[in-house]
Amino acid sequence: MADALSRAAEGLRAYGLIVAMWVRSTMAYRASFLMMAAGNFAATALDFVAILIMFSHVRTLGGFSLPEVAFLYGTTSTSFGLADLLLGNMDKVGRRVRDGTLDTLLVRPVPVLAQVAADRFALRRLGRISQGVLLLGWSLMRLDIHWTPVRLLLVPLMLVSGAAIFGAVFVAGAAFQFKADDAAEVQNAFTYGGTTLLQYPPTLFATDLVRGVTFVVPIAFVNWVPALRVLGRENPLGLPPWADFASPLVAVVCCALAGLAWRAGLRSYRSTGS
Amino acid sequence: MDGFIELDRVEKVFDVRRRAGLLRRERHQVRAVDGISFSVPRGEMVGYIGPNGAGKSTTIKMLTGILTPSGGRLRVAGVDPSRDRTRLARRIGVVFGQRTTLWWDLPLRDSYGLVRRMYRIPDARYRANLERCVELLDLGKLLEVPVRQLSLGQRMRGDIAAALLHDPDVLYLDEPTIGLDVISKAKVREFLREVNATQGTTVLLTTHDLTDIEQLCRRVMVIDHGRLVHDGDLEGLHAVGESERTLVIDLERELPPVTGIPGVRVVRTEGPRQWLAFAATRSAAPLVAAVAERYPLVDLSVREPDIEDVIARMYAEPKPYAVPHDERTS
Repeated sequence: MADALSRAAEGLRAYGLIVAMWVRSTMAYRASFLMMAAGNFAATALDFVAILIMFSHVRTLGGFSLPEVAFLYGTTSTSFGLADLLLGNMDKVGRRVRDGTLDTLLVRPVPVLAQVAADRFALRRLGRISQGVLLLGWSLMRLDIHWTPVRLLLVPLMLVSGAAIFGAVFVAGAAFQFKADDAAEVQNAFTYGGTTLLQYPPTLFATDLVRGVTFVVPIAFVNWVPALRVLGRENPLGLPPWADFASPLVAVVCCALAGLAWRAGLRSYRSTGS
Repeated sequence: MDGFIELDRVEKVFDVRRRAGLLRRERHQVRAVDGISFSVPRGEMVGYIGPNGAGKSTTIKMLTGILTPSGGRLRVAGVDPSRDRTRLARRIGVVFGQRTTLWWDLPLRDSYGLVRRMYRIPDARYRANLERCVELLDLGKLLEVPVRQLSLGQRMRGDIAAALLHDPDVLYLDEPTIGLDVISKAKVREFLREVNATQGTTVLLTTHDLTDIEQLCRRVMVIDHGRLVHDGDLEGLHAVGESERTLVIDLERELPPVTGIPGVRVVRTEGPRQWLAFAATRSAAPLVAAVAERYPLVDLSVREPDIEDVIARMYAEPKPYAVPHDERTS
């Protein structure tokens, strides 16, 4: 246990060191960075523009008002943005496996996961987070919510758990790239696809789909399940009330499974080459 | 255990899946390393050579802990590399000739700063090591230059320095002189000799450039098809390779190819000059005497075999010999 903790600490330290190097590398091209960040902000903002256009034709979407949809959008964008910033480049691990540069990471005295996670760290991804936070702030001002301590606590809990769940998907996706070249596309379906799904109210989708993202790939716990409680709405699957607080638990389980997948992937790489 | 690097019947078998038809895939096994045993004492500098796909890189990957062996026993500095990869990483330095570990957009010095923190190198030691590398590898003017602006030779020197800042006990070099110009090659070789002599660093070197081996290594190991086919000095390699020396003779006038001298065959004629091949292990003196006795000899020279040909001949199967064996050795 103490060994695992010291390894985790070592990994975080290495992650920080490598991230700092990438940030400095990025700043070698300051103008390019600023344009990329602005572009990232604008591209993600277009998602919300699409929602605004819908609301110019209807008053509610699946029974949800604009500030309510903005709340869903803001929470998932912030969570996903955080995971994308911290781990988003893990899907490049497949390329490292194919061109053999993963080997240069394996001969260093720090955990490979930390090195891969920090690889090509892209500060421009702050664009998505800042946009998510802005919309979340706006929705919180506009929403007419009766704030209880529980509801208040649920919002930050939801953001952190959501980021951890998306992070687990990134790690698991990277782990599968040791086996399959195109695992990145499958992973994108869950990450980018998942966050697009979660921007909209669950009432818009078929029950089977909602069931799938609740019980199979539990990204519904990123925001849908706890957000419905904050917004004072019924869960379409009729989950028990405690499920609204289950996000951190789901996040821990997802991270543990992703960690195991990563270990298995790395082990198979070391026994088979590439 | 007497060796610092110790391999005992080490194997690495890969499962390869090949597409055979639209959906069907054939599986077959490739023995990349097929029972290799050797031992390298501390402080030795060894050349590890072989053709592409012979198993060189696979061996290095097992020695660094990147790959787990399929069989056999392997120890580096008393450590099982695949099990204690991270612990071993502090004691080894690795240079992959064609994959730089330097930071492209940052000054060279920044890459070394990261190594210092990642390996937790004490300040005084880091400064001393960097100073030594900078001096011997002539990096002084390059430290503040972004790596992307360095030439290939400069970058390679930078990479070698990066692998040595943490005082590794073992240094693995995979093609360290590939693509370098003559001056850079000389600098790299001189530096390696110096590190090996003064720090006692054990060095294992794979290369295609046999001058590297000639100038650096007393011992050379040759691997082919996953097996060690030679382990000894360079001269021994000639004997194993059944290589030939060439006697070039200038006669008084143009004559038909020399005949009647056992163990010799004429490989080329050009006017009065003839090229005579004979086994490298034989002495040239009786041969010269025999030729001089029968032919009007004006001048002669002896050419040593090209080491590259020697190894090529070892790999060639079957051996390309037109001359029967007994005739050559009689």
